[in-house]
Amino acid sequence: MHPILKLVIQRVALGCLLLLAVSAVIFLGVEALPGDTAQAILGQSATPQALENLRQQMGLNEPALVRYFKWLGGVLTGDLGKSLTNGTDIATAIGQRLGNTLFLAVSAAVISVPLALILGLVAARYAGRWPDKLISGITLTTISLPEFVAAYFVIYLLTQVFPVFLPVSMVFPGMSLGAKLHAVALPVIVLVMVVLAHMMRMTRAAILNVMQSAYIETAELKGLTPMQVIWKHAFPNAIAPIVSVVVLNLAYLVVGVVVVEVVFSYNALGQYLVDHVTKRDLPVVQAVGLVFAAVYIGLNIIADVVSIVANPRLRHPK
Amino acid sequence: MQDEMKHLLMRTARGTFSRRGFIARCGALGISAALANTLIAQAVRAEGPKKGGLIRAGIAGGESTNSLDPALAASEVPFVTSETWGEMLVNVTPDGKVDMRLAEEVSSSADASEWTFRIRKGVEFHDGKTVTAEDVVATLKRHTDEKSQSGALGIVQGISEMSYEGDMVKLKLAGPNADLPFLMADYHLVIQPGGGVDNPAAGIGAGPYKLEVFEPGVRIGFTKNPNYFDDSIGHADQVEILVINDNTARTAALQSGQVHMMNRVDPKIAELLKGAPGVQVKSVAGRGHYVFIMHCDKAPFDNNDLRMALKLGIKRQEMVDKILGGLGSIGNDFPINAAYPLFDDTIPPREYDAAQAAEFYKKSGHDGSPILLRVAPGAFPGAVDAANLFAASAQAAGIPLQVKLEPDDGYWSNVWNVEPFCASYWGGRPVQDQMYSTAYLSTADWNDTKFKNATFDDLVLAARGELDEVKRKEEYSKVANILRDEGGLICPMFNDFVHGVRDEIGGWIDDPNQELMNGRGLVKTWLV
Repeated sequence: MHPILKLVIQRVALGCLLLLAVSAVIFLGVEALPGDTAQAILGQSATPQALENLRQQMGLNEPALVRYFKWLGGVLTGDLGKSLTNGTDIATAIGQRLGNTLFLAVSAAVISVPLALILGLVAARYAGRWPDKLISGITLTTISLPEFVAAYFVIYLLTQVFPVFLPVSMVFPGMSLGAKLHAVALPVIVLVMVVLAHMMRMTRAAILNVMQSAYIETAELKGLTPMQVIWKHAFPNAIAPIVSVVVLNLAYLVVGVVVVEVVFSYNALGQYLVDHVTKRDLPVVQAVGLVFAAVYIGLNIIADVVSIVANPRLRHPK
Repeated sequence: MQDEMKHLLMRTARGTFSRRGFIARCGALGISAALANTLIAQAVRAEGPKKGGLIRAGIAGGESTNSLDPALAASEVPFVTSETWGEMLVNVTPDGKVDMRLAEEVSSSADASEWTFRIRKGVEFHDGKTVTAEDVVATLKRHTDEKSQSGALGIVQGISEMSYEGDMVKLKLAGPNADLPFLMADYHLVIQPGGGVDNPAAGIGAGPYKLEVFEPGVRIGFTKNPNYFDDSIGHADQVEILVINDNTARTAALQSGQVHMMNRVDPKIAELLKGAPGVQVKSVAGRGHYVFIMHCDKAPFDNNDLRMALKLGIKRQEMVDKILGGLGSIGNDFPINAAYPLFDDTIPPREYDAAQAAEFYKKSGHDGSPILLRVAPGAFPGAVDAANLFAASAQAAGIPLQVKLEPDDGYWSNVWNVEPFCASYWGGRPVQDQMYSTAYLSTADWNDTKFKNATFDDLVLAARGELDEVKRKEEYSKVANILRDEGGLICPMFNDFVHGVRDEIGGWIDDPNQELMNGRGLVKTWLV
């Protein structure tokens, strides 16, 4: 068997085990939260009678272990169950929300990843000179702003001062791609601002690191222009660390943007998860947690494999 | 400016803003009272409703966990949602009268223990079925059922027997209740086909709009119900609720015209928003109030002298000014204000009095250990600041009051109704009886002050069955005084409902019952 195929299979199997562990941890975590689903759902106005009725109906009086294995059995057979709070089918709801999450993440990634790489290359080319300082200065400023501050800033600037975009970014099935892109413009701008610096700095650092090598000197002595040296010789050898950072940021764009979702009322997975944590809606929290964990683990597997493929020494082990 | 004048005048009329203050404000703006009146007259000049278009509301208070089952509605968005697709037997008008909806006539026996509703003929549900007396009884039964999780369970439990004959619904009560029609206006009691027993979350009712899209926590879309029985409301072709919980985003959406109306304008920015073009701030004195509640059965709060000391140790006007930004009125330690019928406005408001508070504190014999007031940011907007103000003024009177911050998460299950002293809020009820029966009777389901007083109970029950308004008012006055002087409730302020409404909206009415014109903001307004 090809060593890379073997590696992929190994990683995927490990990932599955990890997911199982994650599901147990999420379950324990939600169980440990103070408060009770029935009370959380019915709120301040709940009568004791109504609470008891709801607990009975939701099977909350069963032991935790029984509920966990029932749920796990369902997931393995493709049934995520129904939300305790409003009885909707979790798989359907997650499907739609996950679509929105990915739409936002991909839109932000399509802009931020190439931009970060280009800026990183330029910064490395002019290391220590004004383009480098300018790029680093701007991106470090944007990453230092908390997301919600950046969000309120772009809302003010682009909906009130220059009314180009809309402050509420909800997207719905049936909207055209253009309309959807217009709707998510503001959150995309904020997310690009947030993730740009990390990737840019890593690109710059990795390339500068490679630039110390002897073969770069050779390339320069051959008479290649600095940009050619970076593009042909430095960049391919700097891919592994860059990919790890890019993937980390992609994972962040999928699982960590709940603040941005809330500020722009964007109907994606993060907001959905937070609502259900508040209501102690265990099946939904479990399912979303699992989806997030799967995305995270999946992206990290990809990063590992790409790093290995990009490195001839790892690709052809002796 | 017109808006500010109108708002101030309305509040002056209601007694929530001082007359002297109003005249001073007029002078400051260089406006004579006569001119102010003309402006107001212009502003409220009635223009006929216009039909068509799409009205959008940006509403805070919705979650992706919301259900369409009206029995489970507990926050703002589900409430407005049911008011848009659903219809009740009766509703309550802005001036506190019974508004006939699916019932066209209500009558009672002489002692108010038996009530009869005549159901309007020829009204259809959205699925084409006719609304019958049978549906009404089935609906009420679903909410009274012991297995029900309905928020109206406590309200309808007092009905001992329900029956129907032809188009008449007959309700026999366990005890006399002169306010029964108001109870039927509870927003959980949306009449559903077959009582909604088969599918309570179907979203099919007899309301002015049909449900088109339901994405909980995101948006709820409706189209006009062409067969609605009442032509005077339901003007737009389509209405839509966007759930926008973030204050800044909601305000920005209103300012950019993405929504036409919003609820819960942050009091801190209400003044600023008034200056924004195309937007008006509509502040309505309602019945909602922010409270600090003590358990009367737990030490040290089982001592009425200590309760009294705390009640005297709070600066009410300061709370209204700083926490509500002036958009509210002071409370008097009972849950009733001028927005209720039969309110006794002669009960003197309780003032901050450090000397008297210190005296009561000394008399209580408290050992001087810290008195903990538990509070979370979500207890009510500005709750933590309010608690700190309270602690400061109480400490100035020598009462060792300390604020303990609790997390929002789980506050209503771990702190409220559990800990002996905490911050909370009430949304108010249409009539006094309902407010007292909900939270202050010894037997009340939500007696969150653990107040048990036989005289008080007897008076509330007597007033409930009393049809003579003069006597009833006297009884309510006694009830209020008992609670004010002995209860576990510290009620420093009644909050206004503060809305933002765009100029394109016509037909806005200030309704003290609930936010957004008692939940019917989308239904009763039109696009100019």
